[in-house]
Amino acid sequence: MIAHLPILQVIVPLIAAPLCLILRRAHLVWLFALFASGIAFLTSILLLQQVMDTGTIVYELGGWEAPWGIEYRIDKLNAFLLLIITMISTVVLMAAKKGIEKEISSEKHTLFYVLYLLSLTGMLGIVATGDAFNVFVFLEISSLSAYALIALGNDRRALWAAYQYLIMGTIGATFILIGIGMMYQMTGTLNMEDLSRRLPEISQTRTVFAAFAFVIVGICLKLALFPLHLWLPNAYSYAPSIVTAFFAATATKVAIYLLIRFTFSVFGLTFSFTTLPLQTLFIVLGLLGIFVASTTAIYQQNVKRLFAYSSIAQIGYMIVGFSISSVTGLTATLLHVFNHALMKSALFLALGAVMYRVGSVDLKHFHGLGRQMPLTMAAIVVGGLSLIGVPLTVGFVSKWYLLLALIEQGWWPVAVLVLLGSLLAIIYVWRIVEAAYFKPPLANTGDIKEAPLQYLIPIWILILANIYFGIDTRLTVSVAQAASQSLFGVGL
Amino acid sequence: MNLSLELMLQLTIILPLVMTLVIVAVGHRPNVREGVTIATSLALLYLVINLYQGLTSGETIEVFWWELLPALQVSFTIEPLGMLFALIASFLWLITTVYSIGYMRSHHEENQTRFYACFAIAIGAVMGIAFADNLFTLFIFYEILTLSTYPLVTHAGTEQAKKGGRVYLGILLSTSIVFFLLAIIITWIISGTLQFTPGGVFDENVNTTLVGAILVLFVFGIGKAGIMPFHRWLPAAMVAPTPVSALLHAVAVVKAGVFTILKVVVYIFGIDLLAVLPTTQFLLYLAGASILLASLVAMRQDNLKARLAYSTISQLGYITLGALLASPAAVIGSSMHIATHAFGKITLFFCAGAIFVSAHKTKISEMRGLGRQMPITMAAFFIASLSIIGVPPTGGTWSKWFLLLGTLETEQWVLMIVLLMSSLLNIAYLLPISVNAFFPNFLPGKEQDSNRLLANTQIKEAPLPSLIALCITALACVILFIYPQHLYQLSASILDISGMLYGK
Amino acid sequence: MDAGNDWAAAFFGLYNYWIVVVLMMVGFYIVIAHGNLIKKIIGLTIFQTSVFIYYISMGNVDGGTAPILADNISQYSNPLPHVLILTAIVVGIATTALGLALAIRIKESYGTIEEEIIQGMDNPG
Repeated sequence: MIAHLPILQVIVPLIAAPLCLILRRAHLVWLFALFASGIAFLTSILLLQQVMDTGTIVYELGGWEAPWGIEYRIDKLNAFLLLIITMISTVVLMAAKKGIEKEISSEKHTLFYVLYLLSLTGMLGIVATGDAFNVFVFLEISSLSAYALIALGNDRRALWAAYQYLIMGTIGATFILIGIGMMYQMTGTLNMEDLSRRLPEISQTRTVFAAFAFVIVGICLKLALFPLHLWLPNAYSYAPSIVTAFFAATATKVAIYLLIRFTFSVFGLTFSFTTLPLQTLFIVLGLLGIFVASTTAIYQQNVKRLFAYSSIAQIGYMIVGFSISSVTGLTATLLHVFNHALMKSALFLALGAVMYRVGSVDLKHFHGLGRQMPLTMAAIVVGGLSLIGVPLTVGFVSKWYLLLALIEQGWWPVAVLVLLGSLLAIIYVWRIVEAAYFKPPLANTGDIKEAPLQYLIPIWILILANIYFGIDTRLTVSVAQAASQSLFGVGL
Repeated sequence: MNLSLELMLQLTIILPLVMTLVIVAVGHRPNVREGVTIATSLALLYLVINLYQGLTSGETIEVFWWELLPALQVSFTIEPLGMLFALIASFLWLITTVYSIGYMRSHHEENQTRFYACFAIAIGAVMGIAFADNLFTLFIFYEILTLSTYPLVTHAGTEQAKKGGRVYLGILLSTSIVFFLLAIIITWIISGTLQFTPGGVFDENVNTTLVGAILVLFVFGIGKAGIMPFHRWLPAAMVAPTPVSALLHAVAVVKAGVFTILKVVVYIFGIDLLAVLPTTQFLLYLAGASILLASLVAMRQDNLKARLAYSTISQLGYITLGALLASPAAVIGSSMHIATHAFGKITLFFCAGAIFVSAHKTKISEMRGLGRQMPITMAAFFIASLSIIGVPPTGGTWSKWFLLLGTLETEQWVLMIVLLMSSLLNIAYLLPISVNAFFPNFLPGKEQDSNRLLANTQIKEAPLPSLIALCITALACVILFIYPQHLYQLSASILDISGMLYGK
Repeated sequence: MDAGNDWAAAFFGLYNYWIVVVLMMVGFYIVIAHGNLIKKIIGLTIFQTSVFIYYISMGNVDGGTAPILADNISQYSNPLPHVLILTAIVVGIATTALGLALAIRIKESYGTIEEEIIQGMDNPG
């Protein structure tokens, strides 16, 4: 059983998805999906433990040896990502029953869980696999179910958002496919490990450059890196709240993982950062993303949209950390991947709770909620503080590492800009705080109650995790550091 | 009770935080709630005094909590400067609690539970700042203090309070995140430690230009010290209820700022290094300018609390200036000024609050002749004014004396003149208030104002708890003049620890 | 003359790639330039198909035949890209189907499938 953990990680949610259709009754399906996701979570914990103890796990699918067969290769980096994805997915699913009650029409509830599990499968597959083409297949599994999940939203704009996302996402995925094809053409292999060995020999050919460009642009589309982010705000604002909470915390993280995997492992550090001006490009785009998206967030009236723009800005931080191309920089990015997943899932779940009680997430409907929904609003405040990066929250930990990495390299101006960027977060978070605590409630909303427990429990699990991992950083820092060290090939 | 000193040290921080929960739990019963608050502040004072005795008997008290990030610990220790700050803050918390019971009740304020709860958190944070063993711990509690005082500033919930809160949080958080955090990280990268070390953490051949830049970042980043141009938050915070202005914006928050600067100067840079940094002179002049400008602005304020706020900015400049002078006398003067100014300014704020509660007056021009109706309040106001100005028989004399001595020692003649001029300005903006109150016709002014006030016999003295509080603090101003030894010894022992013997 | 030959060889020798590039650009252009949702999906399909052709032609070996084990055949085309592209085609069909389904739902709720009109309806003024 233990030996088969890597495949179980992916196959459990994959098998669970069609089984949901057999169960049919929404309540049962919910329990079953939660169970499946919980199993995946446990699997990822075991995997992480195993990887930290014994090093990289290689699993050959069907006993076919790579490069003929597909292999799953779990090292510290993907074990960490698997943990994040399954953890968020499980906690978010806890709120799903209440969450979709009002936002998705009841005959589609079963389908929701099927799509949710498929999307989870896709993400886990992308992360677990060690085969470049397999990445594409899982990417499409997760993306196709994501388009459908977004389209489940009650608002008709959700359809339009899903359609836009479909077009952009497919172009991105096809770009990745082209890139993979070119790599295969040049090397004759699809196994990432093999690719990383063969690519350096031919790294000066134009085809490899083109392959790299296609893969990176494709991933950046999925990543919503500024200026390829246009699909994200609509998709996040009009999707059902549960879906937003899940995707905001995981989907872009998986893309970050792909970016790291392809640049560091497959193409190799030397090629990605010294042959090409990727560093400068990403620093500039990352910073632009931070400033443009944060500023846009300040002017949003729809709070879901506000946090969607904030997500784009946070991706900017990850990209800045990534492009430093030092162990500390990558550690900062990985920490932020984990920490941002905690913050955003908590925030979007809390918005889901507001949606459940108030029926809207417009800023003006937040007036007076500080009294009517004290626990939910307190969660938003703590999540917001974490987003700003106040000490004792996770946001501070990743910010600390990012600054450390920047100053280590002597990139003072960037460090100052990153700090200035976090000031913008204060402004948009405080707009919500002021609306919730200092404005009298709207006249016709006298009977708003606190969110139901089924919402509050997962929200507060995530919020407490925000604080816990902001105080006890041993687990996150050590794993992130080990992962980034192994990618740089030091301290092995 | 036989608690170990280590436990007591931890209790000073934990107790107020735990009591916050109790205060919230019993919030619906005002008497119990306020009883709990007073009991907590008494217990806190007891703990701090015990710690003080431990310190004077020469024990080292250190506590390690946990490692937040590798090599970055949250840990506490006791040294004289922090002890001084903790003593002041815990003593004045007790007094302020007594005062606020009178103030809040007779003013029928809403959300009193939130008020007392946030107050307790703020005090816990202050204790954390006072006893922090390294910059990192200090930074954490510094931010907690900012956040926990935000609801106090916006207590009234009005549009004006919201605006004030925005400025308050905006400036304090921005400066701390952009400058302070950056300075801390750079310090860490250069020196490899954030531990407060006597004599400083930088080694001798460090790049002085870079360290000079860090010093600038620190001075600007510690926005709570109110150095211009980052002082706007303090007047903005005056929308808070008066007890908040009194304790937090005359003592806890602002003193946390200058305390941090002193701490950074003495234990991170070291006085010797500071003297050779290229930016010290610039910052000294900045502090000097801050002193003079704030005094000038204070003269133009008609709102009593605003005038006091600008006066605070000016007095904070004294402390920063003293810290940056990098001379033994100046450091002693600075740390003594933390204490003397605290007692003086809190008395002034108590008086302002008393006047507001009893006479519903906030404008200085309306306070002529008020001495008849509120003699005790105005007498206390007079004494405290003297202390701020720095004339006998009040404690302010000593601290200003040492600060002047510091400018002489370092031959900073311009700054000496600044200090003298500022004292003159202090006289000009503080004394007329109490003089006019007692002798409405002594100084020229609008006749009809005073007549109207004289006709109004409705006004009585402030509520008793408030009155007791402001008498105690006014008395303390005088006591500090007569018995300054303890304060002096505590301040001087800062230098002993940092390896410099004063007067030898 | 040599230069001309090189050029011709580059052009005609790699004709399959030229077809791929032209199809790709045509598809991409349609996706970007057309406001009609159905046409966008047509463009997307052409775009994807060009990649399929790219993979399939890549696997071709000069003189090779279909990869079937037989005694008298020694040279096969590479079967792997063909197999890969079978998967990609399935994915492509799923994408097209989903896109069309969305277009139908959009038509139902907006009454149109023209991008500009839809955007105008959601952001009046």
